[in-house]
Amino acid sequence: MRNLSAVIAVLLLSLAGFALADNTDPPESVLQNVGLAHEVCRIADLQASDIPNDEGGSVKLSWILESEGIRPDSLEIMRRDPAGSEELITTLPANITDYSDDSVRNGATYSYWILSYLGGVAEACSDEVQAVASAQWLYSGRIGMLIILTLIMAVIIYYIESGKRGKELYIREIAGLAAVDDAVGRATEMGRPVLYVPGIMDMDNIQTIASIVILGRVARKTAEYGSPLLVPTSRSVVMSVAQEVVKEGYLQAGRSDTFNRENIQYLTDDQFGYAAGVDGIMVREKPAAIFLLGCFYAESLILAETGRSVGAIQIAGTAMPSQIPFFIAACDYTLIGEELFAASAYLSREPKLLGSLKGQDAGKLFFLILIVAGVVAASIGDFWSPMKSVAEFLRKLVTVN
Amino acid sequence: MRLILPLSITFITGMIMVLHFFVPHQPIKLLGDNLQEWYMIVASAAIFLGALNLMHVHFRKIKLKLKNWKYSPVTIIGFSVMFVTGLIYGVTEARPFDFLFMNMVAPMASTMFSLLAFFVASAAFRAFRASNWRATLLLTSAFIVMLGQVPIGAMIWDKIPLAKVWLMTIPNTAGQRAVMIGAAMGVVSTSLRMIFGIERSYLGGTD
Repeated sequence: MRNLSAVIAVLLLSLAGFALADNTDPPESVLQNVGLAHEVCRIADLQASDIPNDEGGSVKLSWILESEGIRPDSLEIMRRDPAGSEELITTLPANITDYSDDSVRNGATYSYWILSYLGGVAEACSDEVQAVASAQWLYSGRIGMLIILTLIMAVIIYYIESGKRGKELYIREIAGLAAVDDAVGRATEMGRPVLYVPGIMDMDNIQTIASIVILGRVARKTAEYGSPLLVPTSRSVVMSVAQEVVKEGYLQAGRSDTFNRENIQYLTDDQFGYAAGVDGIMVREKPAAIFLLGCFYAESLILAETGRSVGAIQIAGTAMPSQIPFFIAACDYTLIGEELFAASAYLSREPKLLGSLKGQDAGKLFFLILIVAGVVAASIGDFWSPMKSVAEFLRKLVTVN
Repeated sequence: MRLILPLSITFITGMIMVLHFFVPHQPIKLLGDNLQEWYMIVASAAIFLGALNLMHVHFRKIKLKLKNWKYSPVTIIGFSVMFVTGLIYGVTEARPFDFLFMNMVAPMASTMFSLLAFFVASAAFRAFRASNWRATLLLTSAFIVMLGQVPIGAMIWDKIPLAKVWLMTIPNTAGQRAVMIGAAMGVVSTSLRMIFGIERSYLGGTD
């Protein structure tokens, strides 16, 4: 019995020692109200910090629940504002381990602590932590890309200005674009229509925009040659835009009387429903020339092979790397990636647009140098540490978060 | 005015969206978020435009007995049945709309997708003809990749799956990245041309 008393005394002294050693006391107001029962899990490692890369007004709280003890029913997050008034900001289930307080002022210091509730009674309290919310003007993980983009923009604008001034700019021949006139001419000779498929994505996709730009040129050609132009679309917005672009093309060619709005029609948003619809048009109308330009997914080969089976000359183009091999295998000409975006400039031969192409090439050269420098720095960095930091810098420069 | 107004709208919205990518601060964030919502609203409203166009085209075909008009009633009936069923019973699970979708639309889509297997075979047959050294290289690579993908490849020689992995991760990835970098530059260049009003053909060729 005496031994048992001694053990209890030692334990009590130890607990007192631990309590004195804990120099981060909970707020006094809390201590007055909370009956500190040690068997209920306490919130440990409470962290409060400003949420990075935001407009401010938010503080992120994260914590862990002590593993030993009885699990509380709920957690109450308490906050003290700079004026000193305390308030309950939310009540959460005990399994939640983070919370974002979106009702703070930028630049003001707020204090937070969390109460563990069991049976409606606050049984434990966390340490108190402080945080100051602030707004950021730039995403920290995108500054490198901003610098690179600014440089590339400057180069492109420089070449556009050069083009405007009449500087001679060499553009290599793109076989697929050089064949546009031949394809439309062939359709005219055979007395069959031209089919233009602008991909399956909406107008918010840059490939669809590039395709619509080319459609304007093709429409002008078909109007000049007097061939019917069929444009089935899988998006309503694309249909509306395509109707206007084709109409303008016919107007410019002075053949507005031959423009038929019904030839630019909406089929369906469904990927394979659209593929089936376009295949049906190919088989029934037997177009002599087919343009598959834009954003395509798994339907690319279904369309291209059906087009080939009806004997059409096919010009395809996409920036989807996984679909390019299918187009190369099944079509006569394929615009690979950037060539799709170069089409408008190539077809118009406008100096301003050609200038932007040169700028684009200069951008590629810049990235090529960056890649080579990165590879060399990373390879040498394994043996010589200063190069490792160079490689790390380059990696950060091109990484977007 | 016909030119200035759309060019101004393109420039302002384009610049807001570019800034929205880099600036998390107000008012750019609010403007960028709102523009994205506006696009969703416009695109959603345009669905009716598409449906109206579809019906108009097919009713006109039937009315004027145009070429292949006999297919048009199928489209109109299919559209109407799905539309009315969805409107009356809703589109949630275990409803008639869901039944029609799962038992008609989904199998038809799967049928179209499965055609891909046959088209891949016919396209591969043409592409893999050893007509020159580059086509022969392609044929050899494809043969190794296909063989490395199936158990018999490893049974013939245990290095074939490794060769397949090397082909897919090194030369194939390098080629794909080259295409992606080129396309990304094209995107930047095209966007700049649009934003600064250099490319105007999307306005109807008024360049």
